[in-house]
Amino acid sequence: MWSDELVRARLHVVTGKGGTGKTTVAAALAVALASGGGRTLLVEVEGRQGIAHLFDIPPLPYQERRIAVAPGGGEVRALAVDAEEALLDYFTMFYNLGFAARTLRRMGAIEFATTLAPGLRDVLLTGKVKEATTRAANGVRTYDAVVLDAPPTGRVVRFLDVTRAMADLAKVGPIHNQSKGVVRLLHSADTAVHVVTLLEDMPVAETLDTVAELDLADLRPGAVLVNRARPSRLPAQSVTAAVNGQVHADRVRAGLLAAGLDLEPAVLDGLVAETVEHALRVDAEHHARARLADAGMPLIELPELTEPGGDGVDLGGIYELAEALRAQGVR
Amino acid sequence: MRTPTPLDIDALLDNRATRVVVCCGAGGVGKTTTAAALALRSAERGRSVVVLTIDPARRLAQSLGLPELTNNPRLVAPTAEIEAAGGQLHAMMLDMRRTFDEMVQAHASPERAAHIIANPFYQAISTSFSGTQEYMAMEKLGQLVAARLWDLVVVDTPPSRSALDFLDAPQRLSSFLDGRMIRLLSAPARAGGRGVRRLVGAGFGLFTRAISTILGGQMLADASAFVQAFDTMFGGFRERATATYELLRAPGTQFVVIATPETDAVREAAYFVDRLATESMPLAGLVLNRTHPVLADLPAARAETVAETVERAGPTGDSTAPDSSGPLAAAVLRLHADRVALAQRERRLLARFRRAHPAVAVVAVPALAVDVHDLPELRRIGRLLAGKRSAVNDPASAPLTGSSAN
Repeated sequence: MWSDELVRARLHVVTGKGGTGKTTVAAALAVALASGGGRTLLVEVEGRQGIAHLFDIPPLPYQERRIAVAPGGGEVRALAVDAEEALLDYFTMFYNLGFAARTLRRMGAIEFATTLAPGLRDVLLTGKVKEATTRAANGVRTYDAVVLDAPPTGRVVRFLDVTRAMADLAKVGPIHNQSKGVVRLLHSADTAVHVVTLLEDMPVAETLDTVAELDLADLRPGAVLVNRARPSRLPAQSVTAAVNGQVHADRVRAGLLAAGLDLEPAVLDGLVAETVEHALRVDAEHHARARLADAGMPLIELPELTEPGGDGVDLGGIYELAEALRAQGVR
Repeated sequence: MRTPTPLDIDALLDNRATRVVVCCGAGGVGKTTTAAALALRSAERGRSVVVLTIDPARRLAQSLGLPELTNNPRLVAPTAEIEAAGGQLHAMMLDMRRTFDEMVQAHASPERAAHIIANPFYQAISTSFSGTQEYMAMEKLGQLVAARLWDLVVVDTPPSRSALDFLDAPQRLSSFLDGRMIRLLSAPARAGGRGVRRLVGAGFGLFTRAISTILGGQMLADASAFVQAFDTMFGGFRERATATYELLRAPGTQFVVIATPETDAVREAAYFVDRLATESMPLAGLVLNRTHPVLADLPAARAETVAETVERAGPTGDSTAPDSSGPLAAAVLRLHADRVALAQRERRLLARFRRAHPAVAVVAVPALAVDVHDLPELRRIGRLLAGKRSAVNDPASAPLTGSSAN
């Protein structure tokens, strides 16, 4: 279940191993947090236009725009932060470099600067996220929550370790000043870093590694979001039996016969083989869950979406996942 | 659906003209495992093979006898099958920092190499620069081929989001390091510098000022020292990257594209296949990992109906017996129906890929219930890759051609 601490968080950073559905879960979280009249901002920073792809809309500009309404009158806005644009903002604001900077951009100079100092890119991206998270007009926050679709587990701690990134940069100036604010926000109770995982060996191992790394970097792990959780069809004792190779074909046959289904031996063997595979998976998932529980973080489960004809997640799927999040206390 | 051309892995591995097999695909699709399984299989078919893995899972590394990161090939203790076939298997894991260091050491005097390696800018790009891993993977591949110690090199590719990064990242790195901006900023006295300055006018002065305000002057000084030292060594990064890139087009190189039956992974595979065609790089075929073929020929609707009947009868049936067979039978039918639905989704996904790429040979590898952590399991994957059934009920070839389980 979602904890009270998480309810208080304003910046929700969502990471996960590649292929775990990080962007989908981040989107569902943004919808869930906006439900009931709120306004949230969903941010991506990797230049992949994953949000546009997911919501089936044209590529997002470097500009906040509404992409979805949430149940109960809320709204979700989205932003694709671009490090080059963010740097141009700085040049325009602090160095009066509007036109010339654009020329230099065409020459590749801006890309050069952000490539030369990888930390600069991260500082610019997190700087924009911080600005949106803390933005207020007339004392009212613009966003109730900001959800960041962050880099994957392998890179996320480096990405959030703005203190280290600042070492790449000059020790004075506007970027330095803003970065100090970013560090404060990221290490405060306002920020939670959620990890999306599947109930499989490698994603679980990476999740646990990431949580340890977050702790070490003094960043706050939020919830573990188990994506694509599938139901166990088997009674618990049958799982154990099947894992040990004991699916009694005779019992299955008897049960089927009682229901008037008389199957060829080959078909019956096939059903038994499927059952053993299913049981092995359920058993492996059970162990994976236990390992995750040891991390001592709130565990949230999101069902696998299997609507007929659906290949990948569509808009309806995001709302379904958002509802599942709400049901587990997300607000 | 038409039966796809099967990918004949054994023909690929047995062909002595095949010298390099590159395993590509999006992150998390099983590239490393596939590379290791292909290498083991070819060694067990008599070839002398080295597999270059990148960031393998610990258990997979252990299965190859690689207890830690080793940047040089190690002999994998030969299996009975390898010995019988007269083959040999070496394995290694890429250590990008060490590969980079060795590249410097091999081409510079000891003092100069030490000087470069101590440069903070070098340290930054050799460990964390995006593209360094891809560049070094190519560099290492070039070294392994040049060593002529093996007659087949199997390479895994770095776990980037996009499969295309393997082809593009080294070029990005080299064009960055060779690019005019770094020359401008690091050696402003050069003639080219003045030319560009004229072009952009006063903006350039402002820009350098802004950049050094943001990055600090030391960074530019380090970068400058690094580029000058490197330039004289190699005549530029770009040439070196280009030479390695050409290796991928050389006769004897074959690409195996790997995906899982998920929308994103298949889309990445399609991009990559198109790109290979554009670059005239030979594609052996697509490996579709972790499929879920239907193992029992029973329509899903029928299974659902009967499950309902059983469930309805449940409470009134033999409820005194705790091990009543009813719930088990119902569960078996339900999970079969789930599986049929899953297999259908996977088939649809593949069918869509095949409509756009009808000539691509495909092999499907069913999901294994457990992770690979020893050679027998790797061998089993090798058999599945080769389209072999290992048991009566083995579904290896069922998912693509099996037509009507629904």
